[in-house]
Amino acid sequence: MTVHNIRHGDASDGALAEVVGGRLSRVDGPAKITGTAKYAVERQLEGLAYAVLVESTIASGKVREINANAAEAAPGVLQVLTPDTIISLRTASDWFGTPPPDKPYCPLARDITFSGQHVAAVVAETFEQAVAAAALIKVSYDETHAIVDLSDAKAGDGIPIDAMTKEWGDAQAAFASAPVRICAAYNTPREYQAPMEPHGLIARWESDRLTVWEPSQWLDGMARTYAEWFGVPFENVRLVSPYIGGGFGSKALALSHGAVAACAAKMLGRPVRLVMTRPQTFTGYGGRAATRQTVTIGADRQGKIQSIVHRGVNETSIDGMWVEPLGSVTSIMYATPNFSSKQNVVRVNSVVPGPMRAPGENPSAFGIESAIDELAYEVGIDPLEIRLRNYAEQDPEAKKAWSTRQLREAFAAGAERFGWSRRTPEPRSMRDGNQLIGWGVAAGTYPVRRAYGEAIVRILADGSVEVESSSIDMGQGTYTILVQTAAETVGVPADHVVVKLGDSRLPRAGVAGGSRLAGVMTGAVHKAATSALDQLIGLAISDPRSPFHTLQANTLVVANGRMSSPRGDGPDVSISELLKSVGRDHIEATGDTMPANSTPEDRYKNYTTIAMALPHTEGDYSRHSWCAHFIEVRVDEDFGTVRVSRVVSALDSGRLYNPKLAESQWKGGIIMGIGQALLEEGIVDRRHGRIVNNNLADYLVPTNADIPDIEVISVGIPDLHSSVLGGKGVGELAIVGVAPAIANAVFHATGKRVRDLPITLEKLI
Amino acid sequence: MRDFSYLRAGSVDAARQAAALPGAMLFAGGTTLIDLAKCGVAEPETLVDITHLKGLNGIELSESGATIGALAKMSHVADHDGIKSRFPAVSEALWQAASAQIRNMATIGGNLMQRTRCPYFRDPANFPACNKREPGSGCSAIGGVTRGHAVLGTSEACIAMYPGDLAVALVAFDAIVHLGDRQVPVDDFFLLPGTTPDKEHAIEPGEMITAIEIPGSASARRSTYLKIRDRQSYEFAAASAAIGIEFEADGRTIRDLRVALGGVATKPCRARAVEDALKGKMLEPDAVRAASLLAIEGAVDHGANHYKLELAPRVVARAILKMGETA
Repeated sequence: MTVHNIRHGDASDGALAEVVGGRLSRVDGPAKITGTAKYAVERQLEGLAYAVLVESTIASGKVREINANAAEAAPGVLQVLTPDTIISLRTASDWFGTPPPDKPYCPLARDITFSGQHVAAVVAETFEQAVAAAALIKVSYDETHAIVDLSDAKAGDGIPIDAMTKEWGDAQAAFASAPVRICAAYNTPREYQAPMEPHGLIARWESDRLTVWEPSQWLDGMARTYAEWFGVPFENVRLVSPYIGGGFGSKALALSHGAVAACAAKMLGRPVRLVMTRPQTFTGYGGRAATRQTVTIGADRQGKIQSIVHRGVNETSIDGMWVEPLGSVTSIMYATPNFSSKQNVVRVNSVVPGPMRAPGENPSAFGIESAIDELAYEVGIDPLEIRLRNYAEQDPEAKKAWSTRQLREAFAAGAERFGWSRRTPEPRSMRDGNQLIGWGVAAGTYPVRRAYGEAIVRILADGSVEVESSSIDMGQGTYTILVQTAAETVGVPADHVVVKLGDSRLPRAGVAGGSRLAGVMTGAVHKAATSALDQLIGLAISDPRSPFHTLQANTLVVANGRMSSPRGDGPDVSISELLKSVGRDHIEATGDTMPANSTPEDRYKNYTTIAMALPHTEGDYSRHSWCAHFIEVRVDEDFGTVRVSRVVSALDSGRLYNPKLAESQWKGGIIMGIGQALLEEGIVDRRHGRIVNNNLADYLVPTNADIPDIEVISVGIPDLHSSVLGGKGVGELAIVGVAPAIANAVFHATGKRVRDLPITLEKLI
Repeated sequence: MRDFSYLRAGSVDAARQAAALPGAMLFAGGTTLIDLAKCGVAEPETLVDITHLKGLNGIELSESGATIGALAKMSHVADHDGIKSRFPAVSEALWQAASAQIRNMATIGGNLMQRTRCPYFRDPANFPACNKREPGSGCSAIGGVTRGHAVLGTSEACIAMYPGDLAVALVAFDAIVHLGDRQVPVDDFFLLPGTTPDKEHAIEPGEMITAIEIPGSASARRSTYLKIRDRQSYEFAAASAAIGIEFEADGRTIRDLRVALGGVATKPCRARAVEDALKGKMLEPDAVRAASLLAIEGAVDHGANHYKLELAPRVVARAILKMGETA
């Protein structure tokens, strides 16, 4: 890893907006506000046809017959796809790049393993015709008994996942002999990413080349999947995803509806658009798995932890595997000499769950951060103090030093700003009329996931700078921070930089997931821009036509788009004048952060799988972001309604490339956490194994009225073990710990400990 | 959504005639109808657009009360000074309903025709059995997910909740629905499901809501709408109450009391037992709480909606006591 000088200080360094660390507003903001930003499926194409999915209405069984006669005869219908008529695909590798079994893949199901599974599709000249025809398709089934959810008597204990087992010391014995023991079970329901922009795509074939316009968190990974499904070279698939209307983990992988649309386009010889309905977004791909955890803590009477025994279970589907790592926070948050964590997964008749903001860490923190609060009350110690008494000075699991861990600083800064010292510890001791007031605290963490990226930086004849990458911006600010990185590195104003993203023909990037993209791509752009600048300076010094040629300088500086000698004794010319004088119309440099001896295979693997991501405990350090949430709730004593009235969160994401955008992402995570704590739950009709609240009127996410002012405080310092420019993860961190902080506040307010999310009024009334 | 014909009515009479045709539906704000068409519940053959009809969007106040045209927008009525001062419960019910965008589109007449949010009613593809959609087909909700279903006014055929807010306030103050020449008390306009849950309103084909009349009263002037819900905005009531109160000259003795419930019943529900128990009595917290329990007399829960039996009386009591405080 190359360590560069950081010119602009630490995380909250108050730098000029236009450079790294500055508060530049989103460069894509005006286009989104004025409606000129065109999203993937808004693409207008000649001959576009429209596909609509038909989904299973049973949760378990087999399709006996699909009667499509009426649909095929309906106005405008071009084709009806069923498992019998759709072209056969090959199974694609998973996101680790594991070679797939050599068997065909059909995105339309004959064997039904969940309600809402795609069984057929109708393609018509208009969207309305396709919708009308889809309603005419009659599917008959041979139904079998479904396993509804984790509480189903037939679900059983599930499959042990040995890779999740973590043990040191003798946790059971230490627990048995501990003077203070607590044990409780914590449950989280199915939760859904619910992005504003539903999933969908336009697929177009030109001979054996496929172009897909689709919102994507990972162009190169999805392009690989499409290529493998259709047996065409990777280079033949182009993914285009200029803007993404929210992903939260759900848009990282190519999904079966994409396969259906691409098949339809191929069979029809026309471009096909397919967009999921909102209800389909609850079953067309997986949300967060429902989880159950048991946390037992043995401690001494001073609250010092002696043992943690943790057991977790998450749902997966009948034929897919999803492991939500429930011991991920449990094993690192607190120092304990004895520890045991094990996890099972249980197969139920649901779509295979998937990644959702902070997979693993999020539910894990709900368990341990609720349990430590229970321990605090058991031993009569302030919930903040007990966290400090058990502070992990190093990674208890990896036994390595933290790269940086500003959690103590986060506790201190948050507590001071929140006024924690004024808290009266007794439950129900703070009140305002009918409102019981509760103050809760919880910590959160997310590992630093690292990978490699690639970018092209061009310095153009007009003095502007162009940056290209196949990475994406789903609202988190990639466009903006890469403008800042290139502007600072080359030395031009931010409005002279144009960043192009979201096209898999551009230089490659890995997944925008696991909060890794900013660290990866600022590093790659920094490297490419440095290389372009070096070329520019080299030309200015060496080219006989350059106005600097006679100066015999060793180096030159570029600032604000102009080149000059650092001594100030020579010419001062704009970049465009310089390029003109040396007869060049542009300078171009490609930069990547791959190891120097990487092969083309390494590069392909890096950008299309997650197999080359560096472990967060690689080398001598354990790398994580950290946060502490201080939350006030008001619970109406009569009605049981919980409203969050104050949030102060202090967060350590290392150096912030753009504090304005990082704060916005943190607040977004906190808001999503409030929804998780109080509102969000996929509710299953147990007779049908079907989610019934599959729309945004019934699956509640917070409105503005549910969200108070949120104060976020950056306590990070640059962490050069974590990334080239010193940042750690931002996007996922802030949701982790919000739900337990709220549950702890609700306990403080009411004396009732709610261990099942969400905390709805009937649990308190 | 299947193809339909669109017809723009030139007059109220033309609209009525067109609406009498089989498969025809009146179209005003469209906030319920378009939604139901998308989920396959409403399948009109003809949409009769009445949005351009003149003279139906007025809000008039007189000595005797208010008359609100059927095409007045929810947001306009909510923000009307006369409504706010003389019928605060009506304004508050409207402000707390739906979202700003929907309130700007939805009309008062259409609001009365709002249909249930029962998820089984709204998903014909997955739940063919629904007596409200298909008489005699059964009820998918009974035995299913019932957290949002009614505990009052239910039948063996249907337990679907009436989801609205405005009509709760209208029922409290004896509003009258004008169907052209015919006038129906709002309490009679909404029908209990009984054995015919498909029939929700006392309106016949060829009839059209033209106005709503709300008689003025002292209790309407001192009124409020208290809505308790899981989410603070853009959410249906877990339980709500429209309350109006008039005191005797002593300022303590209740001369008139109006209580209506939302979020708990199959129709907007007047709680006369609570009113009768407190009329002529002094306003005392314990007496109010005891009387408020009468609001759910005869209620039947279906497990997950049991909390409404606890919640509804508390909402009624809080609202009455709040109005008492302002005396």
